[in-house]
Amino acid sequence: MTDIAFPAARPRNSFFRRNRLVIMPLLFIAPAFGMFSLFVIYPIAQSIALSFIEWQGIGPKKWIGFQNYIMLFNDPVFWKSLVNNIYWLVLFLLAPVIGLFVALYLNQKVFGIRLIKSLFFFPFVVSQVVVGLVFTWFYDPAFGLIATILKPLGLQLPSILASEDWATFGVITAGLWPQTAYCMILYLTGLNSVNPEMVEAARLDGAKGWNLLVKIVLPQLRAATFIAIVVTVIGALRSFDLVAIMTEGGPYNSSNVLAFYMYDNAIFRYRVGYAAAIATILFLIMDIYIVWFLMRLLKNEKGTR
Amino acid sequence: MKQLKRLLLATALTAIATTGFARDLVINANTSDPAQKLAMENLINDFEAAYPDVDVKFNLYDHEAFKVAMRNFLTSDAPDLITWNAGNRMKVFVDLGLFEDVSDVWESENLYEKMPAVVGASSVDGKQYGVPYAYYAWGFYYRKDLFEKAGITQTPTNWEEFKTMGEQLKTAGITPVTIGTKNLWPSAGWFDFLNLRINGVDFHAELMDGQVKYTDDRVKKVFATWAELVEGDFFVKNHPAYSFQEALPFMNQGDAAMYLLAPFIVSMFPEDVRKNVEWFPFPIIDESVGIYEDAPTDSFHIPVNAKNKEDARLFLRFVAQADVQTKTAGTLDMLPPNINATVKDDRFAKGGFAQLSRASGIMQFYDRDTDPALAKVGMQGFQEFMQNPDRIDDILARIEAERERIYGAL
Repeated sequence: MTDIAFPAARPRNSFFRRNRLVIMPLLFIAPAFGMFSLFVIYPIAQSIALSFIEWQGIGPKKWIGFQNYIMLFNDPVFWKSLVNNIYWLVLFLLAPVIGLFVALYLNQKVFGIRLIKSLFFFPFVVSQVVVGLVFTWFYDPAFGLIATILKPLGLQLPSILASEDWATFGVITAGLWPQTAYCMILYLTGLNSVNPEMVEAARLDGAKGWNLLVKIVLPQLRAATFIAIVVTVIGALRSFDLVAIMTEGGPYNSSNVLAFYMYDNAIFRYRVGYAAAIATILFLIMDIYIVWFLMRLLKNEKGTR
Repeated sequence: MKQLKRLLLATALTAIATTGFARDLVINANTSDPAQKLAMENLINDFEAAYPDVDVKFNLYDHEAFKVAMRNFLTSDAPDLITWNAGNRMKVFVDLGLFEDVSDVWESENLYEKMPAVVGASSVDGKQYGVPYAYYAWGFYYRKDLFEKAGITQTPTNWEEFKTMGEQLKTAGITPVTIGTKNLWPSAGWFDFLNLRINGVDFHAELMDGQVKYTDDRVKKVFATWAELVEGDFFVKNHPAYSFQEALPFMNQGDAAMYLLAPFIVSMFPEDVRKNVEWFPFPIIDESVGIYEDAPTDSFHIPVNAKNKEDARLFLRFVAQADVQTKTAGTLDMLPPNINATVKDDRFAKGGFAQLSRASGIMQFYDRDTDPALAKVGMQGFQEFMQNPDRIDDILARIEAERERIYGAL
């Protein structure tokens, strides 16, 4: 196509052409951004707005300013849930560590190792609800697996899910099982891309065992570690399904977490505004983490260029 | 060609018009348990057989999903009928103007005389907002063979006998009572009965309406009586770990002798255990207090935004009939509120029916009678009390704080 065919159709320096580098990316982003605004940003804004309102879920809404937040700060259950969320966060970080060691152990070329690997990965495929039920049966102090094994040895297990001191840890343990499997897969993929020549060279220089792992292998697994930690932290903060299945936050709120307490308030106590306030707090906590995460990401990207 | 198009258009229009005129009746229900589902399907089939020109569209929800969904469909796309509970749970929606006043159905069918026991639970300010189809009595389900093993020949009628019997069971190595408090509400059954037996129905109703402090001495007395059992190891250990079904194996295996619960538990006993299970009502504690019972009532309601209210009323009239109630309640293992209906020939139904007919008043149930947020905090308190009776003052202060937040200071 030449200029002679359409002499005056389009001037060469149209607005579009001049700003192509700005407009094109915007056009590509627009559909996704539209969806994102409608289904993510708008509901977030709406939740934050709801947190200043007293509302049953239907019927009249009443503006009460920061009243929900004031009640929240005086609510022992909120603090208990927050503390439990911190327990989740800290203990869940065991998942990348255990996952790494399982991956190292499974990263061998032996007959049938694929089957073993898939068995280790199995818990991640199973629904969280099933994991929760299975662990509830394990823990059952009268008829459960653990109790049945310990009974002939004359040992008695404290009733984990009925105890205000142990319930949270019982649920976290159940959560660690699939999470470890997930981290293990991340590391197994990471280990595939570890440069064998480098390992060989290090071996020749006399590095082995712990030294080899920490100084040669781990640095090459940085990408996998990063993702594993990010996924685990987010998983810990939004822990909900296992709590709902295994304890319903009980006994008497001792294993509650923010996400479940929010759900409980919104659905069963008909306190939608209060639930929105809890959601907003959880959102702020996540925000802090996500900002940190984005900043790291940006730094990494710059570093590699 | 034009003719053909016109013909097609006309046919399409007629089709739309006829669907519009066919009388659709949309029912949303939370009756998802097997027996409930069957009873509801039978009911709808019978109704369709009686009124062939009405086409019932039945939407079944899981119990918890229904609680969530109903707040949406009542305000937006309302069905013509829903299942729900009488009492405070109904009143919440009546106060919001979402349930239709169906006093006309009560009047035309003279239900005031046919269902005297449930008038109160179906009314708000003297008007009726639903028609009950079944209710049920609570009581002790116990294993006769275990009682005999412990040398107990008679079921207890008063508190002293109840405690003595518990001691006998414990001596025989049997835990007197099984309970699963993971779902919280089984513990509320204990609170309701103790309060009704100690303080009577008027006080209980005031407490449920938030007009009495939970730190009141009369409430404390209830917990002091309850503590006699808790501290006496009457209950199975670790009950917060079990849902109400998961606590049943203790009874099935002969480790525990009784369960304070409602008739839906009967179908959950294995066949060989069930033939040994019998029923007795909650014992009397104070002779001077009348006999009051918990009898949770399930009913049909018409949403204010319903489209086909005329056929919905037709359905309500149908449901209220004695023979229909006989059949429905029979399938449900519950009791028919219509006094002309017959009770299923079954020892549990007969026992519950006899007990309710001599009751001087009935309540719904803790979590149906009081505000949902208060009910939750209250029931968590009962659970904690049953694990740590010494914390009672803290627990009552916490429940009272929630009561005050909802109903205001006294």
